[in-house]
Amino acid sequence: MSGETALIQMSHISKTFPGVVALNDVQFTLQRGEIHALLGENGAGKSTLIKVLTGVEERNGGTILMDGEEISPRTPQEAQNVGISTVYQEVNLCPNLSVAENVYIGREPKKGGRIDWKTINQKSKELLARFDLHIDVTKNLDNYSVAVQQMVAIARAVDIDAKVLILDEPTSSLSTVEVEKLFDIMRMLKKQGLGVVFVTHFLDQVYEVTDTITVLRNGTYVGTYTTADLPRVQLVAKMIGKEYGDLNQRFISEKSVKATGEALLSLKDATSAGSIEGISLDIHKGDVLGLSGLLGSGRSEIVRLIFGVDHMSGGEMNLKGHKLHNKGTLAAIRSGFAFCPENRKTEGIVGDLSIRENIILALQAKRGMFKAISRADAQKIADEYIEKLEIKTPSADQLIRNLSGGNQQKVILARWLATNPDLLMLDEPTRGIDIGTKAEIQKLVVQLAEQGMAVIFISSEIDEMLRCCGRMIVLRDKKKVAELNGQEISEAAIMHYIAGGAENEPA
Amino acid sequence: MNRLKKLSKYQVFWPIVIFLLILLVNGIVSGGSFFEMRIVDGHLYSRIIDILRNGSKLMLLATGMTMVLATGGTDISVGSVMAISGAVACTIVAGGGNVAVAILVAILAGIVAGAWNGLLVSKIKIQPIVATMILMVAGRGIAQLITNGKIVTVNSDAYYFINGGYILGLPFPLFIVAFVVLLVMLFIKKTAFGLFLESTGVNPISSHFAGINVDRIKWMVYTFCGMMAAVAGLIESAGIKGADCNNAGLFIEMDAILAVAIGGTSLNGGRFSIPASLFGALIIQSITTSVYAMGVAPEITQVVKSIIVVVICLFQSKAFKESIAKKLNFRKAVKQA
Repeated sequence: MSGETALIQMSHISKTFPGVVALNDVQFTLQRGEIHALLGENGAGKSTLIKVLTGVEERNGGTILMDGEEISPRTPQEAQNVGISTVYQEVNLCPNLSVAENVYIGREPKKGGRIDWKTINQKSKELLARFDLHIDVTKNLDNYSVAVQQMVAIARAVDIDAKVLILDEPTSSLSTVEVEKLFDIMRMLKKQGLGVVFVTHFLDQVYEVTDTITVLRNGTYVGTYTTADLPRVQLVAKMIGKEYGDLNQRFISEKSVKATGEALLSLKDATSAGSIEGISLDIHKGDVLGLSGLLGSGRSEIVRLIFGVDHMSGGEMNLKGHKLHNKGTLAAIRSGFAFCPENRKTEGIVGDLSIRENIILALQAKRGMFKAISRADAQKIADEYIEKLEIKTPSADQLIRNLSGGNQQKVILARWLATNPDLLMLDEPTRGIDIGTKAEIQKLVVQLAEQGMAVIFISSEIDEMLRCCGRMIVLRDKKKVAELNGQEISEAAIMHYIAGGAENEPA
Repeated sequence: MNRLKKLSKYQVFWPIVIFLLILLVNGIVSGGSFFEMRIVDGHLYSRIIDILRNGSKLMLLATGMTMVLATGGTDISVGSVMAISGAVACTIVAGGGNVAVAILVAILAGIVAGAWNGLLVSKIKIQPIVATMILMVAGRGIAQLITNGKIVTVNSDAYYFINGGYILGLPFPLFIVAFVVLLVMLFIKKTAFGLFLESTGVNPISSHFAGINVDRIKWMVYTFCGMMAAVAGLIESAGIKGADCNNAGLFIEMDAILAVAIGGTSLNGGRFSIPASLFGALIIQSITTSVYAMGVAPEITQVVKSIIVVVICLFQSKAFKESIAKKLNFRKAVKQA
């Protein structure tokens, strides 16, 4: 490796979107014959970095060298022409075309001005056979499983004379066996001298297949490490943003919790196909229960299940000792649940409606269509919450989409507080919000719990969780791995469990 | 001036202005005869009454269509549903059945047709334009089946009354429109339906998360739209005194969508105004009437009509108005400099 020029050398890359610095002086080096993991929490800048490399986004600064020569791909097509191929999480092939057509789409071999189907089918078959995939290539792609489609996408990517293969979360929809097969292929490509960039949220997979790890956090470069030399706990620390040494200095939570008496809500072995497996938990009045884990660990999926967005395929849910069948969001609201979803823009706000309408929406839904809240009452409710939560707006008539992210979030919170819920579920309530508003929301959460509301709190920022949560459940790979109470909660403990628990015991 | 500015914020403001403008132009061109009113046999006759009467079908369709478009959907089957409704009613009446029963069954047929559209869109999640295209194509076939492929003529004064009757000197279809619109506006005012509908149109996912039954809202509006089409079909068939499955309501779905668009309701869903759509319908009807009245050759009426529509749409377009305003301001700035 030494002395040779790197396959890809990205240095001082920066990228700003209006109002946001997505990448700030980031570097990334990929060698030939290497599987390189690109890791970081949501919003760390992984996808932006990949988009810059593949020409989807144009960089604002920095250089990209490929084999020592500068490249500036402006479209994915240009990136492909220099040998950079990408396979995305969602297969972006054409499901209604045959496998062979998908492999050769855009570069069909011709014979006498007509497409040479014989060659296409023959060559596709040979190509896929190299990947140990023996399927009928003349059948439509959607006849095959997502895993096979994924393989076809990779085969196609490699066949276009790729030198660099980027796999952006390719394993999220694959089963264990299929993941193994994918890894075999990755190792094979590595032997052929390709550079493979692997983006994933599953740490087990990182340690199984990669050689090198680069970690990004909040759009900045944290470091590049040899996989074998970096313990998991330290990797998690780097991703989340605390050095391992600092971890023991956490401030002690006085909010030790009385997990006694009858639970407000309890889950027993709750399972939802593909998202969570056998989760059991209890929530009491006045609890602030944190759900901790990496993205895809099942933290959001639990609250979605409770709120009736996702279907429960196994286990049971009890509200104050009575069995609850989740029949959609309205039933959940009527059971006294409230839920601020993770994606404020797409799942929270109703952009073209006023603040007033956004605030009363859930309350109105709870009351039903025929018990309309009068304009005057709506105005009163809206004004009350605008004042209480200090929403910065000239009036309740303002459209919600004209507000800043933090104020939008406050409106959504107001929407749920107006329904007077027993259980408030907050999924990343402070993401993309300025620090001042963040603190306000955290304070509010603790206050609400003191008044007797049960709160489930989810955040990627451990600091925030420590500040707010009296109890904590740690999740990994769709399963609950630990439950921590009061004094037991610490960053070290949380990270220890996130990283892999008992199998990876720190001394 | 200030008050005018405040008024112009209402969605219904510009459609009214445009409608009045068209009437005014007609009045001037005709030398005043356009506004003449005559009372013959206790019936009020005038061009304006003609526009209102002939526009009644379109106004009914626009009422239903407004709600469908507010969800971000569309319904291109209304013309065919009109044909079905006419076929059902005329077949019953021609067979000696009771007119009231015929009307009820026809409206029921419209409700079933609309519910079918709603089922395809909300539960089976077919793209609205495709889902309603099914009935648009099949509907005329269904109507033919009902009439055995013939043009069924009816001979019933009671049935003719739906289109040709007069109450207090005013044509009966106007009362139908007034009754329906009043009922709908009252429903929107007294319930939270309007809020739910707009919320669904703007962001169905957020609405679902806020506890709104998005599917049910969609189902309701498609069903209502089918019902409106059935009523319009009754007026149409009473007008021609029979059911013509091939031509009843042909291409009227486009006029209905256009009426809503001219009224300023976005085809992307969200904010809607039924009064604005009603004036949109009247604008279309008055253009048709005035193009004929001005003696434009029938072969090119469609062209003239479409030119006027393009002008109106430009007038309603925010982007266009802004760019004009920008240019005007620029000129002012240049002059001042």
